[in-house]
This record gives sequence, C-alpha cells and structure tokens, in this order.
Amino acid sequence: MKLSGAEILVECLKREGVDTIFGYPGGAVLQIYDAIFKQDHFKHFLVRHEQGALHAASGYARASGKCGVALVTSGPGATNAVTGLADALADSTPIVCFSGQVPSGLIGNDAFQEADVVGITRSATKHNFLVKRVEDLALIIRQAFHIATTGRPGPVLVDIPKDISINICEFEWPEAVNMRSYQPVTSGHPGQIKKAVKKMLSAQRPVIYSGGGIMNASGSAVLLRELSHALNAPVTNTLMGLGGVPYDDSHFLGMLGMHGTYEANMAVSHCDLLVAVGARFDDRVTGKLEAFAPDATVIHIDVDPSSISKNVHAHLPIVGDVKIVLGQLLEEIARKNGQPDEAALALWWEQVAEWRAVDSLHFEQPERGTIKPQTVIRQVHALTEGDAIVVTDVGQHQMWAAQHYGFRKPNRFLTSGGLGTMGYGLPAGLGAQIAMPDERVVIFTGDASIQMCIQELATMYQYKLPVVIIILNNAYMGMVRQWQEMFYESRYSHSYFDALPDFVKLAEAFGGVGMRVDKVADLDATLKAAFEVDGERFVLVDVAVSREENVYPMVPAGAALNEMVLS
Amino acid sequence: MRHTITVLVENEFGVLTRVAGLFSARGYNIETLNVAPLQDKSISRMTLVTRGDEHVIEQIKKQLNKLIPVIKVEDISHAVHLERGMLMVKVKACSDHCDELLELVERYGGEVLDDHIDSHMILEFTDKVDVLDAILEALEPFGIIEATRTGPLGMRRGAEGFRVD
Ligand SMILES: Cc1ncc(C[n+]2csc(CCOP(=O)(O)OP(=O)(O)O)c2C)c(N)n1
Ligand SMILES: [Mg+2]
Repeated sequence: MKLSGAEILVECLKREGVDTIFGYPGGAVLQIYDAIFKQDHFKHFLVRHEQGALHAASGYARASGKCGVALVTSGPGATNAVTGLADALADSTPIVCFSGQVPSGLIGNDAFQEADVVGITRSATKHNFLVKRVEDLALIIRQAFHIATTGRPGPVLVDIPKDISINICEFEWPEAVNMRSYQPVTSGHPGQIKKAVKKMLSAQRPVIYSGGGIMNASGSAVLLRELSHALNAPVTNTLMGLGGVPYDDSHFLGMLGMHGTYEANMAVSHCDLLVAVGARFDDRVTGKLEAFAPDATVIHIDVDPSSISKNVHAHLPIVGDVKIVLGQLLEEIARKNGQPDEAALALWWEQVAEWRAVDSLHFEQPERGTIKPQTVIRQVHALTEGDAIVVTDVGQHQMWAAQHYGFRKPNRFLTSGGLGTMGYGLPAGLGAQIAMPDERVVIFTGDASIQMCIQELATMYQYKLPVVIIILNNAYMGMVRQWQEMFYESRYSHSYFDALPDFVKLAEAFGGVGMRVDKVADLDATLKAAFEVDGERFVLVDVAVSREENVYPMVPAGAALNEMVLS
Repeated sequence: MRHTITVLVENEFGVLTRVAGLFSARGYNIETLNVAPLQDKSISRMTLVTRGDEHVIEQIKKQLNKLIPVIKVEDISHAVHLERGMLMVKVKACSDHCDELLELVERYGGEVLDDHIDSHMILEFTDKVDVLDAILEALEPFGIIEATRTGPLGMRRGAEGFRVD
C-alpha cells in the first residue's frame, strides 16, 4: 500500500488506537490536515492556542489513562506548545505531539515559520524525533507512542517536515517495537522485595508516601490500599498522588508537604520507615532536606531509576512498575503470612490520632458575609459526592482544592504539580471532559490563572462541553500575595489587577452560562443551579471569596516539615 | 573526584547534543568528551571525563541511561583501566635545536608528522593525560605555535568487553 507521509500518520494513529487528537492547523501541517479531513477513525478537536492543545491532551490522558495526542504547526505553533510539553514532562504525562516543520531542504535557512523545534523541545520532552525520510515515519510514530507510554511516561515530539508529509512510500506497520537502548524495568528485583517486606513487617512507625506514579499505573491504587492495610501503616499522598487512597480511608493522613496536613508532615518527620511509592521527593514535599524523615529507613519504589536517591538517599531502592512491585510485595507478605508489629503500631496510631486532633485544615466560615474559598470546595464535594473529575489552575485555589475536595478514586485530580503552570485548568478540563463524556468535570481556577488560557472557552462552546468552571475570585494573585504578605512585609507588588473583566459577561460572550455569587447564603443555590444547566454548555461561576485568606497549614520554603505554621 | 565514563549510544542524529545538553541542563561539568562510531556504524562509543562526588556521578550515570538513545553506561574509574589521549603540536624548529627536539619525540614515543627543519614541525603523541601535559611543558621552550589534543579514550583491562549484549 503506497501512502503519503500524512496518510501514514493517520494510518498509524488509527492502529495505535487513537480516538482523539487536539490541534491547530498551519502551513506546515496542511497536508496532514487534509488527510485528517478524509478520515473518520479519530476525532480532531480544534483548540484556540497550541498551549491549550497540549494541556487538553494532558487532561485527556490523565483522566482516561490513554496517551494524549496533539498536532501543531511549525515555528510559532511548536513554540506555543513548549509550555505544555514541559508541563507534561514534569508530571510524567504520556503525550505524543506532532509538529510540522518547514520542508527538509529549507531547514537551517531561517525559512518562514522555521524554528529549531527539536532543539527547543529537547529538554521539555522525554524524547523527540525529526523525521528525515518518509520511510522512517511509521517506525518513529510507533516508537514515539512506545516511549511516551512506557517506563516513566512523558511527552514525545515528532517533528515532520512538510515534504515528508507529502512524499509517498510503501506503508509498513512495524508490529513490534524493540529498542535496544530503551528497555524499562517492570518487575522489582525479588531479593529487594524480600528485604523490603522484612523491613516493613518489623517497622514500629511506618509511613507510606505515594505520588503520581499510582495514577500512571492503572490498577495500582487498590494494591496501595491493600498494602497499607496489610501493614497497618498510615498513608500520605503527594499533590499528584491524591486519590491514590480514598480520602475517608482510615489509614489516610491527607497530603504531605508545603501545604500538607499536620498529621502527614509530623508522621513523616517521626517515622522509622518511609515507603515511597511512585513519588520523587520534590522540594515542595520534603522541605528542608536534612530534616526530612531523619529517623527513617527509606524504601523507594519507582519506575525511574534516576528518581531514586536523587534528593533523599534510599536505603532500599526497588526499580519497577509500581503496580507490579506492589503486587510482588503483597504476595511476599502473604507467602510469609507476615504480620506487622501490632503492639508498636498501636502506639504509633495513638500518636497519629493526637496529630490528627490538631485538625490542621480547620477554618471558620461565618454564617453571613463573605464566602471562604474552602467552603466552596467542600460544597462542591458534597454536590458531586466526591466523584467529580477535579481540575485546577495554579495558586491558592489549587491548594484548597487539594486539601478540601476529598478524592475517592485515582485519576480524578488533574493539576499542574511539577511545573505549576497557570493556564493548565481550562484546557486540561476540556480534555478530561472529552475523554470522559459521562463524568462531571469541575475546574477550580483563579481570577489570574483563568486569563492565561481563557480562549479555550471557545473550544468548550464549540464542542458543547458541559464543564463547570468555578473561579475562586479573590481579585489577587492570591498565592503571590500570600508570599508577599509573609516574606515581603505585605508589599503587594503587581499581585493584583486593577482591571478584572466581568467574568459573567465573558462567559456569555463565549457562548456559555455565567453566574456570580458573593454571599454564603446564596452559595449552595448558585452551585446547584450551575450543576443543573442543560449539559450542553459550559458554566462559569464567579465566586467572590474572602480576599486575603491564606493557605494553611504551611511549611515555609526551606523549613523542615515539622516547622509548620498552622495559621 | 575525576571519573571516566564510557557510553555506548545509537549513532543517530542529535545524540551528541543530548549528552552535552544533559550536562549543561543539570549543571554537571564535562571535562572532555570523545565520540566516534566503530565497526558497527549504528553504534558510537563515547569516553567522557567528568568530576563530582559519588552522589553526583551516580546521578550522571542514571541520567545518561535515561536518555533514550543511550544503550549502556559504565564508570570505569574504579576498575583497572587504561586511558590514552592524543596530542598534535606544531613547534618552531631550527637546526640548532633539532636534535634536542627529536630526542624528546623519541623519549615520549612520538612521531614527526610534518618536518620543515628551519621553520616548524608537527608532532604527534599518544599517552596518558598527565604525560601529554608533561610533553607540552617540555615543548614550551621550543616555541609552541599551536596545539590540539583529544580527551582520553578509556577501556577496562581484563578479557571481557564493553559491548552491546
Ligand atoms: C505561567 C505562570 N506564571 C506565573 C506563575 C506564578 N504564580 C503562581 S500562583 C500565581 C497567582 C495565581 O493567582 P490566581 O489564579 O488568581 O489564583 P489564587 O492564588 O488567587 O487562588 C502566580 C502568578 C505561575 N505559576 N505560572
Ligand atoms: Mg486569585
């Protein structure tokens, strides 16, 4: 079968099982867009900015567990995509991004809309390719999907010069991908598993700390919970790991780190065994490194060897897919009929109960007057029964969503953790809604963040996506303001807007439904109304919240986890 | 500590930039880097000299391994191994010092590549890094016009080889 490069791309996407791609056309990808026009294997969603395409692909991937796919044109199309690639790299999100490139013969000539995209995206991707011959295209696409979705997932970019998309060759589908230079480890070393179980069963004060790795290894959350119950060990989640354990599970301590709960941070600071599962000891998690889990033996399970002993020394590393390794650990515990040290654990749980009693997420919501942002999140939890796919932007609202929503399942909290990308929310939310049309998607955003990718409201309108967007409007870049209050003597340098748009009118102008609420008394009714809109339009609720509320508890940057500021 | 790391990589477009980019992006220093394909043109072998404590070297190895086209990485510094670099140097020559110069070349097992008795000579030496340093120093009085050298190539002693399994 003789096909053009563009047709090969379409054929490969079909064979990879792709049903959705997010993109934006331009000169260098016109051949590809023409091939897309003529096919009906997958649906193309037209975003309004290439950053949106990448974040939408991310939301799609993280909600569904599938690989996200994006298509952008050369030059500015590709440079606009860079933030989305870097974001996906930091949060280990599987995405394959195709970019058009100027014709091969013009590369290096400063041609119109030429950019060294492979160069620019090298450190923003897990890997990238420049296609040099149409004959190589199918194999490269196959490898791109393989690399994006296996091992520690991440974004892969395939740069396709225009002539490659036009050139014709015999299409051959490579059945298997076998790369001698890329062979991710899947199962944990049996010797390490045995040693780990021994340490786990003899621990007096264990803590399990799990991260985004649980989201990427479908089916691992159940095993994580089993392990924590088998060991009778408390579990804390990172921001990216929320939903790894149900929020109301008896063993759950909440999130740890800078805005984590008191009990989680104290437990980590005092534990004698820390089992890290698919987490990478980010500085927002550890605080001051020297004081992080000072008494703990560290077992670190991760698919990426370079994450192990990078920031915190792992006494017992286990490289492997977290789902497989968790299975191996449970098997070994069962084989030994292993029982944890219940006498010691009883004391440990007593201690944990004392820390829990501090109730570090407590806040006061006056019955009248201004709405506390935390109240909004809790209310939405109640209205959605803790079952929504919650997407956020970046800032205080993001932390409040993490602290107060209460997640039941994995892959339901989509947030930009590693890169902290304002603008992530709207496009990621629409991607998630496309992936999960029958699920409720709620986007919590801020008055500043929403303006970074606000153009994606048009995409929501075009595809009739019934996303509910909630602005926790404090008329501040709240998180910046909080730091300025705490560390710069309240000099609020450029952390507010003198001119905020009328978000209700804006929503309407984009074809959605806009609502505003500024009194607690009206909050419930407004939110209910928002959730009852026809299911064909997006709804934007502009919630005026108490302006100078701070996110607590907080570990100031550089402080130790047990040096939390509670209020 | 100075470490010599050998790396087998797919001999493909951009691989050198990936390796060099890794070092600059993560703030590791790279003292020398040598790379060339061998019999099997699909593979290149690199010898890379870097400095860092054990922790840093461990990360460098892991990060190198994480690069998709990297097939194999080994830090040979701890093993008994050999290192050789090459030096090419153009020195001033005149009949007065000619014997002295040739004696030096012979002492260090060098070779005269280009010989213009009353103007200049191009010499070649292959040796350990510190010996090459010493040679340059010894040549200094003659007048070095220009010099160029490679970083060292490295190989473990012993019967087994560093190759794609
Ligand atoms: C693209 C980008 N630029 C700047 C920042 C730095 N930053 C972090 S939070 C924040 C303020 C966010 O304000 P808003 O969206 O209103 O959320 P709030 O904190 O008020 O809830 C800023 C500017 C960022 N994270 N991302
Ligand atoms: Mg704000």
